[in-house]
Amino acid sequence: MGKVLALKGLSKRFGSVQANEAIDLDLNKGEVLALLGENGSGKTTLMNMLFGHYLPDTGSIDVADRQGSLQPLTLGHPQISLTKGIGMVHQHFTLAENLNALDNIVLGTEPLISFKRNTGSALKKLEKIMHETGLFAPLDVSVGKLSVGERQRIEILKALYRDVRILVLDEPTAVLTPQEADDLFDNINTMAKSGLSVIFISHKLREVLSFSQRIVVLRQGKKVGELVTNKTNESEIAHLMVGGGVKSAERETCTPGKAVLQLNQVSITGRSKRDSLFDQSLEARAHEILGIAGVSGNGQAALASLIAGLEVPENGSILIDSSEIEKPTPKKMIGAGVGRIPEDRHHEGIIGTMNLADNLIIEKLDDQEIQNFGILKRSKIKTNAAHLCKSYDVRGPGVDAEARLFSGGNIQKMILARVFEQNPKLILANQPTRGLDMGASAEVRRRLLDARKNGAAILLISEDLDEVLALSDRILVMHDGNLIPAETRDRAQIGLLMAGTAA
Amino acid sequence: MIDILNILLSESFWAASLRIASPLIFGVLGALLCERAGVLNLGIEGIFVAGAMAGWMAVWLGAGLWGGVFFAMLAGAALGLIHGILTVPLGLSQHVSGLGVTLFATSLSYFVYRTSLPAVSSPPRIEPFRALDIPILSDLPFVGPVLFQQTALTWLALLLVAVIWYVMNRTPLGSALRAVGDNPDSVDAQGLSVYALRIGAVVAGSSLMALGGAFLTMSAFDAFFFGMVNGRGWICIALVIFASWQPGKALLGAMLFGAFDALQVRLQTEVGALVPGQIFLMAPYLLSILALVIAARRADYPRALLTPWFKGQR
Ligand SMILES: Nc1ncnc2c1ncn2[C@@H]1O[C@H](COP(=O)(O)OP(=O)(O)O)[C@@H](O)[C@H]1O
Ligand SMILES: [Mg+2]
Repeated sequence: MGKVLALKGLSKRFGSVQANEAIDLDLNKGEVLALLGENGSGKTTLMNMLFGHYLPDTGSIDVADRQGSLQPLTLGHPQISLTKGIGMVHQHFTLAENLNALDNIVLGTEPLISFKRNTGSALKKLEKIMHETGLFAPLDVSVGKLSVGERQRIEILKALYRDVRILVLDEPTAVLTPQEADDLFDNINTMAKSGLSVIFISHKLREVLSFSQRIVVLRQGKKVGELVTNKTNESEIAHLMVGGGVKSAERETCTPGKAVLQLNQVSITGRSKRDSLFDQSLEARAHEILGIAGVSGNGQAALASLIAGLEVPENGSILIDSSEIEKPTPKKMIGAGVGRIPEDRHHEGIIGTMNLADNLIIEKLDDQEIQNFGILKRSKIKTNAAHLCKSYDVRGPGVDAEARLFSGGNIQKMILARVFEQNPKLILANQPTRGLDMGASAEVRRRLLDARKNGAAILLISEDLDEVLALSDRILVMHDGNLIPAETRDRAQIGLLMAGTAA
Repeated sequence: MIDILNILLSESFWAASLRIASPLIFGVLGALLCERAGVLNLGIEGIFVAGAMAGWMAVWLGAGLWGGVFFAMLAGAALGLIHGILTVPLGLSQHVSGLGVTLFATSLSYFVYRTSLPAVSSPPRIEPFRALDIPILSDLPFVGPVLFQQTALTWLALLLVAVIWYVMNRTPLGSALRAVGDNPDSVDAQGLSVYALRIGAVVAGSSLMALGGAFLTMSAFDAFFFGMVNGRGWICIALVIFASWQPGKALLGAMLFGAFDALQVRLQTEVGALVPGQIFLMAPYLLSILALVIAARRADYPRALLTPWFKGQR
């Protein structure tokens, strides 16, 4: 097995963050290597340096040419990396939605100034690639009209069309259903057998263990381990990733109480099927976590804004503690005892340019405790904030600092503090651990389970199926604006419901 | 009613509509190029003035009519380059930079005009483009006067509609331009330069806008005077939305506006005694606002319009 790639001592710093520090990494021909690490550990940065998107501060890269001998790569130019046979599927789609797949794929592969496009020969080549790899996608439809699964395949075809010898996939399964993800890895393995070298980035232990041959682990910008996949196990890797053991939250048994939230036949018509709800009903009970699984963009946003009071249903009713909330507003919902943990914590959870202390009281501004006749009690607000930061372990530049300066994990803890201090009857937790590292995620889950023990009803919306399975008492699967009760806890069965293909 | 019908059936009405539409066609096509690549160019009004001034002055100084066209486009390209550099790699507000370019280009044009001709009371005239006289075709009934007695610049405008359509929809360059206005990352990830594409589109678009201005001094009239552009640039910014960023519809929109304007002039002479003249002057603008309200609700904006993109950042 020949070496096709050698990263040597790559470092990159962004302001005060050392995103990568002296990282070495080798890749062999036909190998599938997993690059594993928590969010923010520097995986994307490392691969962006390989692709030429970022210029490393120090270090160099050697890439094999067509004959297989290693040559130094000129850094910092995607165009050059592409011609050296390096292809990258980015974490976020890099597709023009107003072009069809074919035009996206050939973009940049032919001279810009010419009288026409080479559609014929490009089509022929793509048909061949699709047959060889089993990655099929409609080529003549605007990308904007395609599903995320199809877009993901187009991203890979885009790289393969350029005859890449090294393929980098940055979190390729983040937006796929479990079946789609498994299919994708089967395809990748087929391609690797015929000589393609693959690096895939992930923070999901399960897929790393099932589909890679070798694992490189990053933590806080440093390479902390290199393992052969079939000679390691989940706990060893997890230990490397977080640099210590993480206690997973204990789930005690609870008997569900009375219904706290009832939705009866509510509908919301959004711009598309994907942000609508169609005549849906559900019930969340005290001492219970109701998990809503599903690929995001299947109506979860509509459901969440309904419960947060941001949207008024077109028909049907919302009841909290058996009394109907008419024409819901955020204020009415908070008043009725709803605590809200929003999906986009940076934009909907905080006011970034306001200080942390003020963000903590923003949902109870008319509370006599913090104000007298409209004059805020400053010192009280501040001591309250300091107290909450301590008990919820919010770390950062201090309670007087603007909230936007805190890291994602600490912003989430601040939101938890704001929500849980009100002893809500119902908690809407929308993607509560998305983008958080393992430690912070475990903390969020522990708090949710505590609230359950204390008698709250919790609606957990998450695209992380493992999280839904681990926390929920009951599970509903959301697909195209419909809620389907999951009868089993079988990943495959739920996956089928998520894809909308179950009988 | 009969009056309006008579007007609509007359050849002179349609010939005038096309004549009024011509500078707008250049302008909308220019705005379309910029916006398709993701850059709003509110410099258009000033670039019209600069094009009108530069084209006229070049001819007046003896560069010949096509020389005038060349210098007008050059002036537009230079102003486009300023707007492009300010808004693309530097990422400044496209609104502020565009309005700045308009103020700068307008004042500079007036300044150059005044300093080179300090003493004239009536603007000096040039010999403008003449209506082409094409044997046989020009003598056809109806289509003859409407189409075949226009100047070469009107023909150029019509030709450009087809050229821009072809480039946008049938060439690799067009794909890249549409892509960079939708999602710059798509272009960057394929190894093309976002900056070059966007600046190129703004420069090319601005030179077309200047051509719209040059039409005024070199085809519609034969001299340069202050205030002659009179909001035509702003009309183009509205028309490009009406046109959903498509060249064919841009032609339609410009013709529609031209027709309103031509109709307005004719109605004024017919019923001017009954209704104040200002109502008629207002009519084309009111109607284009109306058309815009209807069209803009469905408008399919280039997704990256107004959003700066920086290399090497997330
Ligand atoms: N373009 C950038 N500008 C500033 N900081 C960045 C940039 N890219 C990444 N970072 C920072 O570098 C660190 C590593 O990020 P990243 O490589 O995206 O991690 P991962 O892909 O492992 O989640 C993070 O702290 C992130 O905030
Ligand atoms: Mg990443």
